Amino acid sequence: MEKLISKYFIPGKTLSVGDYVREGGYEAARGAFTRFDPPALIAEVSKANLRGLGGAGFPTGKKWSFVPQNTGKPVYLVVNVDEGEPGTFKDKYILRHAPHLLIEGIIIAAYANNIHTAYVYVRGEYTEPYRKLTQAIEEAREKNFLGKNIFGKGFDLDIVVHRGAGAYICGEETGLLESLEGKKGFPRLKPPFPAVSGVFGCPTVINNPETLSYLPFIISRGAEWFAKLGMERNGGMRLFSVSGHVKRPGVYELPMGTPLREIIYDHAGGIRDGKKLKAVVPGGLSAPILTAEEIDIKMDFDSLAAKGTMAGSGGVMVMDESTCMVHALHATMRFFAHESCGQCTPCREGTGWVNRILDRVMRGRGRKADIDNLIDIGSFIAGTTICALGDGASMAMMGYLKKFRPEFEAYIRDGKCDLKDGSVPHPVSV
Amino acid sequence: MPKLMIDGREIEVPKGTRVIEAAKRLGIEIPYYCYHPGLTVAGNCRMCLVEIEKMPRLQIACHMEAQDGMVVRTDTEKIRQTRKHVLEFLLSNHPVDCPVCDQAGECWLQDYYMKHGLYASRLAEDKIKKHKAVVLGPTVILDSERCILCSRCVRFTDEISKTHELGIVNRGDHSEITIDPNRALENAYSGNVVDVCPVGALTDRDFRFKIRAWYLSSGNSVCSGCARGCNIQVQYNLDRPHHGKGARVMRVKPCFNADINQWWICDEGRYGYKFHDQNRILQPVSRSGQTAREVAWEGVLSEVAQKLGGSREKIGIFVSPQLTNEELFLIRGFFKEGLKCPNLFLLSPKSEGRQDDFLIRADKNPNSKGAELLGFPYDPKAISTFASKCSLGAVDGVIVFGQDLLSLKNTSLDKSVLEKLKWSVFIGSNHNATSDRASVVLPSATYVEKEGSFTNFEGRIQRFKKVLEPLAGSRTEFEILRALSGLLKIAFRYQTTEDVFTHLQAHEKPFQGLPCVQIGMGGTDIRVLAEPVIPAIEQKGDIL
Repeated sequence: MEKLISKYFIPGKTLSVGDYVREGGYEAARGAFTRFDPPALIAEVSKANLRGLGGAGFPTGKKWSFVPQNTGKPVYLVVNVDEGEPGTFKDKYILRHAPHLLIEGIIIAAYANNIHTAYVYVRGEYTEPYRKLTQAIEEAREKNFLGKNIFGKGFDLDIVVHRGAGAYICGEETGLLESLEGKKGFPRLKPPFPAVSGVFGCPTVINNPETLSYLPFIISRGAEWFAKLGMERNGGMRLFSVSGHVKRPGVYELPMGTPLREIIYDHAGGIRDGKKLKAVVPGGLSAPILTAEEIDIKMDFDSLAAKGTMAGSGGVMVMDESTCMVHALHATMRFFAHESCGQCTPCREGTGWVNRILDRVMRGRGRKADIDNLIDIGSFIAGTTICALGDGASMAMMGYLKKFRPEFEAYIRDGKCDLKDGSVPHPVSV
Repeated sequence: MPKLMIDGREIEVPKGTRVIEAAKRLGIEIPYYCYHPGLTVAGNCRMCLVEIEKMPRLQIACHMEAQDGMVVRTDTEKIRQTRKHVLEFLLSNHPVDCPVCDQAGECWLQDYYMKHGLYASRLAEDKIKKHKAVVLGPTVILDSERCILCSRCVRFTDEISKTHELGIVNRGDHSEITIDPNRALENAYSGNVVDVCPVGALTDRDFRFKIRAWYLSSGNSVCSGCARGCNIQVQYNLDRPHHGKGARVMRVKPCFNADINQWWICDEGRYGYKFHDQNRILQPVSRSGQTAREVAWEGVLSEVAQKLGGSREKIGIFVSPQLTNEELFLIRGFFKEGLKCPNLFLLSPKSEGRQDDFLIRADKNPNSKGAELLGFPYDPKAISTFASKCSLGAVDGVIVFGQDLLSLKNTSLDKSVLEKLKWSVFIGSNHNATSDRASVVLPSATYVEKEGSFTNFEGRIQRFKKVLEPLAGSRTEFEILRALSGLLKIAFRYQTTEDVFTHLQAHEKPFQGLPCVQIGMGGTDIRVLAEPVIPAIEQKGDIL
């Protein structure tokens, strides 16, 4: 099967502007100016069924159509390269190996939405990807693909790169906007939504870099072609970040709707050391976990949502029979408690409390009432918070407790897990 | 205007009204912590979540704007459970400090627990330890463990005092309110953060450990610290003199007044209540040479009446813009019209203070405008002329209402001038250098001990009632003037201070048609102070 973006993911190599142009790079962006007017361009992207690949899966064309062009304020593009969802590492590869794909995607998105300044927010930890990106931007400026009057089309566009400082919550779109504006990364109350009032109070389009990197392909080869690669309403391909107990962890570009079993066994080589599969987290840490019996499922947004989980960021975390689910949940909730921004009560106190309960269980002092208490607490963290971190934390926890309850009950009863090979000793406490 | 249904009841509200405010208009109470009508919406406590038809998730009422056709429910089982859980979350790390916390009795956690919580705790974990008893500045002390991170104090220092001292540091459940490391909470409005704090995280150092909130009685009044006349509630303790070292007034809280001070008061006004109990003149005093004796009212009043019997040209009266409209009117009636004394002067000793663009006025007197409207303009030249007459020995004596003549700047009235006088009568509430030299000292009441009205710098008249009885042997100026009128056979036509006010409104030109503002719509309870605001014209309440 043809690879689109991941064709360039060669270890140690970064696609230069010269090489990219030689193979036809930046022609899609140049062509977009003559072949489409902005509304037609937005319609084309909608036709491609391109969904947001950062986690929410919101149809990209629809999101663009919400932007009001008559407010008198400039419209901004913000590219969210915070990539904080555990289990996800594909945006890193795009910046490191194929930054020009992203830049061309930014140009297309900017033209579609009358945007002349784009901000790229890169998580602070991604030092090398940041360097590769800024280098690529310089190269693009030299070729007048960025700057004033790009392609001679009378359109100005430039990119500002901003580095984050180590907070998962700054990957939440409004937390990111606050951080970009120099404030604490506290997510904002919605409405108003960023499309109407985003960065600096102006209409803002926020997109994931992978989503933008598919735009050149959509424009040069057609929306229909792209849509057909995937499934109904979930067009194209996506980058799955496969990690965990597989023989070949890595980033795999596959059509939307590829069965999970195929991803684990055909592409990632199956479980290592001849062990048996136990569980899979299908879409980043917030996605409810699947048991080994549930992997005959299509990996697209709608199919996974129908099964009570989510496609999310495409982070596939595979766990084999040596994994203690209590340890795994503890690590999960420790993450959410540590990353909670602390603004709203249910998430701030709830994730911390759940984490401390699991701590106590891990140390062998669990109580019978703990599981039901966790479920009860979790059910009031979801749906009551300012942003989706609370929902993600709650959903993740409910998945573990519902699908592996007997294992939790045994751990509480015995004060420890009974896995012979034993999971890696786990540090407790925040 | 959008029309919506809340709990089955319909209401029409102005566009932009939040659901929580619309509910308040219907008398429906939605609990909240972080919402404050005088601050921007934060929406972080999640206590005010309500159900809105056609919306899958619960929505916060403090942020959601009322839309036409909206159907809101505030009292379903789901909401009751949600409130219970939000409370449980807030209390999960909250230290059980109630026995030692000043907020007890007026704490929103306590109150909402009784109303919306009442669950058995299932916490089996240690609580998170944070900084306690952190002195933020001269007026406020912080306890981070008690803090529920509603951010009201941060928003206050950003939006109202605009001094930006406070912020939130750290993340998640280790978050704490913090102050800029190089600063202290020392702005002119610092005490207000204690009012806005719903729990005992920010408490008043002046009030710390003084008395329990439920031992306090209260009465509304008007601050006399400057010409703005912020509305206040005076909270006092009479039954337990062992608290607060026998002082009656324990603290002062602002009352909401949309036109004058909104929800706020400056620190000078908030902490300037000690003079009601400290340094008071308790009994009349008669002084000859260096010896002063406490005397009875009847005798000393006759003495004063006698002095007033002499030549009216040789007497001077000094009036203070701290006096109420009614008192100034009576003084004018008695001395000018009754006794025909020509030497009536207004002193303004504290009118060159600091002023800001918020509440504080440079004129530190509550009734300068009232004095002006009653025919007492501030005339430094006339005072100078009179002072010269005193130096020449042409004046027998002066009557001084409340002012300390010897601490005045820019007048020609100094010690040498006063030593030329045969006598002086001081009528005031607190000791000062003038009262310590006067031949006769008549103790009078402070403004919390009398009924009256002040006219603020904008011309708003505010009437206030008596909160406390005059201390020890002190009497109100009304009573003093009535007694003197009787002794000097001058007509005194009023039974009560209220009669005087009625007369003023009817007959005094400048008073006719001036708006008489309702004061003190708030209460002790800071929840009442911070309730969603209904415009003043719609408020019902005490019309004095």
